[in-house]
Amino acid sequence: MSDNHEKERVGVYVCHCGTNISATVNVEDVAVWAREDMSDEGVVVSRDYKFMCSSLGQEMIERDIEEEGLTRVVVAACSPHLHEATFRGACDRAGMNPYLCELVSIREQVSWVHTDKEAATQKAKAVISGGIERVIENEPLDPLFVPIHPDTLVVGGGIAGIQAALEIADSGKKVYLVERDPSIGGHMAQFDKTFPTLDCAACILTPKMVTAGNHPNIELLTWSEVERVEGYVGNFVVTIKKKPRYVDTELCTGCGICWEKCPKKVIDTEYEAGVGYRTAVYTPFAQAVPKYPVIDPETCTFFLNGKCKACQILCPTDAIDFEQKEEFISVQVGNIILATGFDVFDARRIPQYGYGRLANVFTSLEFERMCNAAGPTNGEIVLRDGVTQPKSVGIVHCVGSRDRRYNNYCSVICCMSSLKFAHLVKEHTDAEIYDFYIDMRTAYKDYDEFYLRIMEEGTNFIRGRVAEITDAARNLEEEGKLIIQAEDTLAGRQRRIPVDMVILALALEPRHDANQVAKKFGISCSHSGWFIEKHPKLDPVATMTEGIFIAGAATGPKDIPSSVAQGSAAAARVLSFIGQGEIELEPIRATINAQQCSGCRICNTMCPFNAILFHEDLMVSEINHALCQGCGTCVAACPAGAISGSGFSNEQIMSQIEGMMRLDMPRLVEMVPV
Amino acid sequence: MAEQFEPIIIGFTCNWCSYRAADLAGTARVKYPPNIRLIRLMCSGRLDPTFVLKALAEGADAVMITGCHPGECHYIEQNYKTLRRYLLLRRVVAQMGIEPERVKLVWASAAEGVKLAKEIEILVEEIRAMGPLNWPGRMAHAQTAAGAMAGHTNGAGISQPIPEEVRA
Repeated sequence: MSDNHEKERVGVYVCHCGTNISATVNVEDVAVWAREDMSDEGVVVSRDYKFMCSSLGQEMIERDIEEEGLTRVVVAACSPHLHEATFRGACDRAGMNPYLCELVSIREQVSWVHTDKEAATQKAKAVISGGIERVIENEPLDPLFVPIHPDTLVVGGGIAGIQAALEIADSGKKVYLVERDPSIGGHMAQFDKTFPTLDCAACILTPKMVTAGNHPNIELLTWSEVERVEGYVGNFVVTIKKKPRYVDTELCTGCGICWEKCPKKVIDTEYEAGVGYRTAVYTPFAQAVPKYPVIDPETCTFFLNGKCKACQILCPTDAIDFEQKEEFISVQVGNIILATGFDVFDARRIPQYGYGRLANVFTSLEFERMCNAAGPTNGEIVLRDGVTQPKSVGIVHCVGSRDRRYNNYCSVICCMSSLKFAHLVKEHTDAEIYDFYIDMRTAYKDYDEFYLRIMEEGTNFIRGRVAEITDAARNLEEEGKLIIQAEDTLAGRQRRIPVDMVILALALEPRHDANQVAKKFGISCSHSGWFIEKHPKLDPVATMTEGIFIAGAATGPKDIPSSVAQGSAAAARVLSFIGQGEIELEPIRATINAQQCSGCRICNTMCPFNAILFHEDLMVSEINHALCQGCGTCVAACPAGAISGSGFSNEQIMSQIEGMMRLDMPRLVEMVPV
Repeated sequence: MAEQFEPIIIGFTCNWCSYRAADLAGTARVKYPPNIRLIRLMCSGRLDPTFVLKALAEGADAVMITGCHPGECHYIEQNYKTLRRYLLLRRVVAQMGIEPERVKLVWASAAEGVKLAKEIEILVEEIRAMGPLNWPGRMAHAQTAAGAMAGHTNGAGISQPIPEEVRA
């Protein structure tokens, strides 16, 4: 054991927590034991108290530090996640370095989980003994301060990203808004109406897009993707790849002659969800921001066989440039907001629903485009033949959601958007509507009122998951129709309902590349693939990586109001960081002793944060404390023992083990004869 | 009247998942046997294999290593390094004559208080059935036989002074 026991004066404070601890742990006995049996280990004061976290309890500790000259404090109470900061604060006020205080959990890990008072008391002593040995090895630490660069990167130009960018830009700070599609707008730009108010999506979204596009503090980088992220909170260096547009944005006026004259028409699987066409040179939609088109080299006739150039010949400003190459730019930012959105479930994965095989089975996104007045059918709801109006429509909820075969989670928006579809079908046609749901989830403001309204409009609701959609008719009535087979769980019987058209309410899924994106930015994804919040309730837009925030559906299925709220929330968090000018970081960091480092570079590959750099000239590695997150993996890996980890040093852990093992439990206890 | 052996187990927990799972078990008043004593690390990746050997050398009958589920590491991927070290460590302890079952790896997310409690219960039962390890005693005996080897680097190749009890 360390020789520090003679030097250090340790105070031990045992909390009753009302009766939360004292009912199971003999706290008085523990306090006496610490005073008497642990005096050789440096304990000079030991007290028990009803509520150690109360102001009286804290003052007791402060007084002892001042009067008894304590150099170390051990508080045996609740989890450090609850009150570590409280007791560190008390020590700080009394002039002791706060990191010389150790909180030992005897509530969550002893009194609340054990019943035998004798065994619990013994275990409490063992863990406190570990805490005493550990705290003696603690070193005074100072928090790290890092300056915050005032610029911000927002990744994803959907409604959440636009909102975040506008909030920050309006406060006078610069924002880089990166979007991988040719225009900002995201999924919301594809919708016709928005629930429950039925505002036209474009009417409320496009003004925001235009504001973002023209904002003096927003640098819009569309048709671009983040290539690499280096640095750390306050000081990220981000490399952005600008894909070639083949259009010189300095010259282009967005007049539209190029896409009017382009002879190549292809099915637009992105913006039009496969139900409309676009040309090879295109903007996704008329109100696109920016207004500049892009040329898709995969479909452009010139790129395919070297002929055509119609757009170049006809462009009045000579803006078409087939020689354009991809370009990499590097920007420095202090914070990053990821608002990368969602993908929709691929309906082909459920073959019994017939999507892709039965012509008149539509996805929710296809239907959105179809009833959009600016969409491929000019807002007419028609079957795949493009002319026939349906006389009956079936809407199927939970396609890919709440299904153990695909996604366990609820996709949140589909009940409401299905109700909206029912309304839109009613508005555009005379069709009879059958809505198949498992549970109707219409939480939030004015949503259930919307449900009532749709019921009153005469939609037929059938509670039950659809088993199959088929065109195999069993009688004359079903001939030429799509038959929806489902169990009506309210009526308690199977039903077959023939309809002309089926709309599948698709699940929202994480972006197909969410994992790679998370890795690029050093954050984590959940098992399902959504970005993980720092705390799901109390810190929903922050991540475990300082300086990286998340907003919108990238963190899980969300409707428009929630996405907007998260965009604003993330912006507020960023602005508070920028306002502080610098950020305080926990000083739990690894440090390499250059004298001991052999230059083997084993640690270099251990670090996922690229915090370890290797000095080729000196043949030693060094850790950048602003990048280091303090996990300690390199400390454990160093074969030379050259890396030390502050807060969790080898000495601290080894001593804690010794302390914990000092008190043997009675190893052989008499069993009560049965 | 029969006697029951009560093992002592040292558990290493990750600050972000399994330590919080232990907190959650407490908050939910889930019961588990008092034989385990938990040590908090920032990450299971911080687990130096010598910590495990140290715990056994100090008299622990088993060690439980806990961390975030694969793919959910707070530090991106450090629990995979834990897994690698764990697999290697089990071979090392086996070569030292210790049943590898005395070193156990458990993944437990911050939401899995019940799972962690259950795993602790299972390990306590397993070790109870296995009996005491008494490595300090065994080591002392072996070292007396083989001659003093004090100051030698330990199994994981990291210079740590061999504890007095072992050296003796």
